[in-house]
Amino acid sequence: MADSKHIVLRHLDIGKPIIKLKDYEKRAGGYDGFKKAVKMEKSAVIDEVKASGLRGRGGAGFPAGVKWSFIPQNEPIKYVTVNADESETGTFKDRLIMEQNPHQLIEGALTCAYAIGAKAVYIYLRGEFWDVAHMLDERIEEARKAGYIGENILGSGFSCEVYTHLGAGAYICGEESALLNSLEGKLGQPRVRPPFPAQKGGGLYGEATVVNNVETLANVPWIMVNGADEYKKIGTEQSAGTKLYCVSGNIQKPGVYELPFDTTFRELLETVCGGPPEGRSFKALLPSGGSGPIVPLTDEVLDTRMSYEDCAAIDTIIGSASLIVMDDSVNIAWVASKVIKFFAHESCGKCTPCREGTYWLDKVLDRIMAGQATAKDIERIDDVAKNMAGITLCALGDFAANPIIHTIKHFKEDFLAMAEGKELAQAGD
Amino acid sequence: MAVIGNKKYSKQIEHHFSKYPDKRSAVMPLLYIAQEEYGWVNDDGIQEVAELCELDPTHVKSIAGFYTMYSEKSKGKYWLQVCTDLSCALRGADEFHKDLKAYLEVEEGGTTDDDLFTVEHVMCLAACDNAPMLQCNFHYMENLDMEKMKAWVEEKRAELQKELDA
Repeated sequence: MADSKHIVLRHLDIGKPIIKLKDYEKRAGGYDGFKKAVKMEKSAVIDEVKASGLRGRGGAGFPAGVKWSFIPQNEPIKYVTVNADESETGTFKDRLIMEQNPHQLIEGALTCAYAIGAKAVYIYLRGEFWDVAHMLDERIEEARKAGYIGENILGSGFSCEVYTHLGAGAYICGEESALLNSLEGKLGQPRVRPPFPAQKGGGLYGEATVVNNVETLANVPWIMVNGADEYKKIGTEQSAGTKLYCVSGNIQKPGVYELPFDTTFRELLETVCGGPPEGRSFKALLPSGGSGPIVPLTDEVLDTRMSYEDCAAIDTIIGSASLIVMDDSVNIAWVASKVIKFFAHESCGKCTPCREGTYWLDKVLDRIMAGQATAKDIERIDDVAKNMAGITLCALGDFAANPIIHTIKHFKEDFLAMAEGKELAQAGD
Repeated sequence: MAVIGNKKYSKQIEHHFSKYPDKRSAVMPLLYIAQEEYGWVNDDGIQEVAELCELDPTHVKSIAGFYTMYSEKSKGKYWLQVCTDLSCALRGADEFHKDLKAYLEVEEGGTTDDDLFTVEHVMCLAACDNAPMLQCNFHYMENLDMEKMKAWVEEKRAELQKELDA
């Protein structure tokens, strides 16, 4: 197995959570990266992150340094917004970072703020992370007292504030433009783009804004200390560094595991997680939560590296790396119905294809699950899903179509058995 | 009961307004305060938040309706939201949710006669490795089973009885 290196979950190397500032400074070299950054030219910090190949860990995998470089340096007001809305089914990594190694996120966000010249950082947490937000407020206060936040930070002339903001239960607010609307006190619905958040007029309060995921920013301190070249040595050519893989479902040892991108599904699911429950075998995998294409857990898939490019080659995505495992006791039509209920509930209602599409997919799937449907209904939902994809303001329309299109593509026999009432046993019931 | 002029909240409200360049941004944190004061987001709370944030009450009401963590009806003392999403369901959450409702003798979204418990299901709470789990008044309870829940429920019922006796 590939060597395990903790870049983000550094508390695992130390053996206990790194909560207090003095522990982070003494035991994990905390804020060394930020101290180094504020002595550098802003553009040099962006160049270093760009050269590292760090890609966005929220799902889209967009190069972080490139995103930072889009911010116009001459604008007087700029912002950093941390996406801690973590709501994708099966994703539970950002919560772990904030609970166990919170200062590393704050340091990474401050480094980004320095590089783009932002006056404030807003950490947008999903409302359910109520306890996490209050704990994070204490850590922010510690950093402020130590001079890492506030006016003229470390004598650099750079001033910046850091705040938390709690959402209130809406998956859509993990979409960056909906998140910005929500932070502005509006309904959490996506915006028409362009202008993009990085552009004047497109970001928070109309100002140029970087929106980055928690895990993305938590990688930055390590990159600043060890350099882009060292970072690039980890992972694969197009997927540098490590990833926090969330494993849940029918698996012996569920949890979050930080591993290099060149690790295979087999190494994670069989070696690290101990395989499927006793007496069961693997059937299928959602590698990126409810929103990514499902794949049958064949030997070919198991031997695939969990990188952006390797997953694309097997017709799926690694996305936020939320691996939901299904064993041979699970009917995949039931999986599709569960995931569609999620999206029908979470559709913000702005775009008709998504709002109406998810509603009707849910209705027809209920009929299939009740054994009161025909093969024609399976064709119907496939058709509805294909007509939703690519025509909505945000990606939720595509996310909601994926579970239908790909489950039918790989597991049509499960739908047929369920539709015609041949199989009523289902996992969890 | 009130949010405006209530000393309990004045510092919090001031802090939230200091965070944003636009008062409108404080609408979500202030709705949480209104919910804390009234137990749910009622019309009085909506009016007060609107006045503080200088917004139309209709807008504040639309925000309260859009987000699921603002409750638009009164709940029991313990608002139990069980995650029944895919990852949790693969580890028995549907059955746990059904058994919990049966034990408390409530329908989906219902509240027990003693006003102690409200039970409903919710979407993914990002604690998938610790299923079955639920959120009780915004605090997580994880790695649950009915044995643990029954013990917890009876403890809360005993606490209530003690209060009534006193």
